[in-house]
Amino acid sequence: MLSDQQLARKSLEYRRDTLRWIKHSGAGHTGGSLSCTDILNVLYNRILRVSPQSFSSPTRDRYIQSKGHSVESLFVVLADQGFYQQEELASLCRYESHFVGHPTKKIPGVEQNTGALGHGLPISAGIAIGGKLDNADFRVFTLLGDGELAEGSNWEAAMAAAHYKLDNLTAIVDCNTLQITGHTANVMNNEPLAEKFQAFGWAVRSIDGHDIRELTAALSTPLETGKPSAIIARTVKGKGVSFMENVGKWHHGVPSDEEYAQALSELNSALKALPETC
Amino acid sequence: MSAPAPSLFTEAAIKTAEGLGLTKGRANLEVFADTLLTLATSDKNVLAVTSDSRGSGKLVPFGQALPEQIVEVGIAEQNLVGIAAGLSSVGKNVFAVSPACFLAARALEQIKNDVAYSDNPVTLVGISAGVSYGALGTTHHSLHDFAALRAINNLRIIAPADNFEAREAVLAAANLQEPVYLRFGKAALYNLPATDRFHVDKVRVLRQGKDATFIANGETVIHALLAAALLEQRGITCNVISAPSIKPLDGETVLSLAADSKAVITVEEHMVNGGLGEACAALIAQAAINPKFKIMGIPDEYTVTGSQADIFRHYGISMEGLSETMLGLLEP
Repeated sequence: MLSDQQLARKSLEYRRDTLRWIKHSGAGHTGGSLSCTDILNVLYNRILRVSPQSFSSPTRDRYIQSKGHSVESLFVVLADQGFYQQEELASLCRYESHFVGHPTKKIPGVEQNTGALGHGLPISAGIAIGGKLDNADFRVFTLLGDGELAEGSNWEAAMAAAHYKLDNLTAIVDCNTLQITGHTANVMNNEPLAEKFQAFGWAVRSIDGHDIRELTAALSTPLETGKPSAIIARTVKGKGVSFMENVGKWHHGVPSDEEYAQALSELNSALKALPETC
Repeated sequence: MSAPAPSLFTEAAIKTAEGLGLTKGRANLEVFADTLLTLATSDKNVLAVTSDSRGSGKLVPFGQALPEQIVEVGIAEQNLVGIAAGLSSVGKNVFAVSPACFLAARALEQIKNDVAYSDNPVTLVGISAGVSYGALGTTHHSLHDFAALRAINNLRIIAPADNFEAREAVLAAANLQEPVYLRFGKAALYNLPATDRFHVDKVRVLRQGKDATFIANGETVIHALLAAALLEQRGITCNVISAPSIKPLDGETVLSLAADSKAVITVEEHMVNGGLGEACAALIAQAAINPKFKIMGIPDEYTVTGSQADIFRHYGISMEGLSETMLGLLEP
């Protein structure tokens, strides 16, 4: 298994590549892709029993990206996992490309077509119920945005997941506190979020969503037998690029040439600062 | 075996049905539930997913016989379809059952994205469709479902007309491995004349004639058939087509019969916008044939209050109403 420091390196590389393809395509959801990078990193490199070779196996773990707009970091991570060559992302959002601006099953490694918010948790609950019916031991993970939680369908599914005691289901909230209009707390406050999930019958843990160790600990096993797990991952929108962090306009901002150069410079400096052994 | 709701047919219509030798059937919904139970008994991957709808879906016996194969989601149609899609993606043969009025409106985005676009082969079962709920009113009517769902790619839309079509449609949906919307009313009607074996892509030609054509589906087909029988007494012979599959629509048969007809009337338990009638109109117009043409259904208004029978009669969906409309259309 890769070390924490090796994963730290991957996170920086993923962020660099995510920006590369957003810059190349001229479109993308930059801030949210950067906020969930560490979550995807830990999921794909430590937690999920998924690989290009096992992707058709009925016993594979499932990952459903409900916040589908943060697709660029997912595409980068899937390329790193060997589902396709990263250079294929040169066609992202281009005419006739399979690389649409939201997850689609046409891309190897993507489980379901997502992008409309409030869909991933119900689908994941259905997959988890199917797993229980078959006594299968796969786990189901879904990544939600905090702004997304205003969609009522999430809470329909949250109720059902607790009702069916889906401890094979883990929902991770990429809680970066910003959405397109502004701060989630001002647009439609969803706090206290942990207490909401607890009240719905979930086991809940709040963590630093950029801390590899905390993510690993929270995701390695279900939090509690007989309950679905909610991981409230406190994150920073635009994480890793100083001028993008916590700035709403980077929700789907595309960097100018100068901004891109500065972002790369910051990420490359951080890479250089890592110990050489990792 | 329950009798047809007497108010759906006038005494003259009942006599006409008896003259055709038609036998009384059960509600198509009951046939759906029985067929699904039979399928699920021999295949544990067949699941019913319900939204507090097992009673209205006639699935109480299913739930009692196979409690492990019914998934209840409560009154939550979006979640119904999302969970059904998830179950389907792990290999379950899922029938998601909910009143058509809610299923095809509240869960429309889930139908579009989670079932059709993601190509999860769920069978969506819209129950108590059309104006089956009668005087319960507009909130419970589904007069939009054909129109809304026809605009979604990768979704079959099937509205069986009698017990034969209902059973065959359920079996076809179970075997298709494609997204399907099945639409059932809850009235007990007559069994229609037997035809060759059911093919999910094909219309059924129930009666042939030289002058005009009725194209109908669901619970309106019987009224078109009776109207054709009545018209024959006046020397006018009509084709009567049952078109359970609106999408795909059997254009070849529809066009071949329409081309030789002086007039075509479509009949559906749906608003006249966007349903069977407009699907046929598009076919006919683009084939450059030009019969007189009339779409019979619910006009673009909230319906008059009443039972299904009252509403049908009010809008001319009856033996008498349809035959009068056809006579008017055939006037020089």
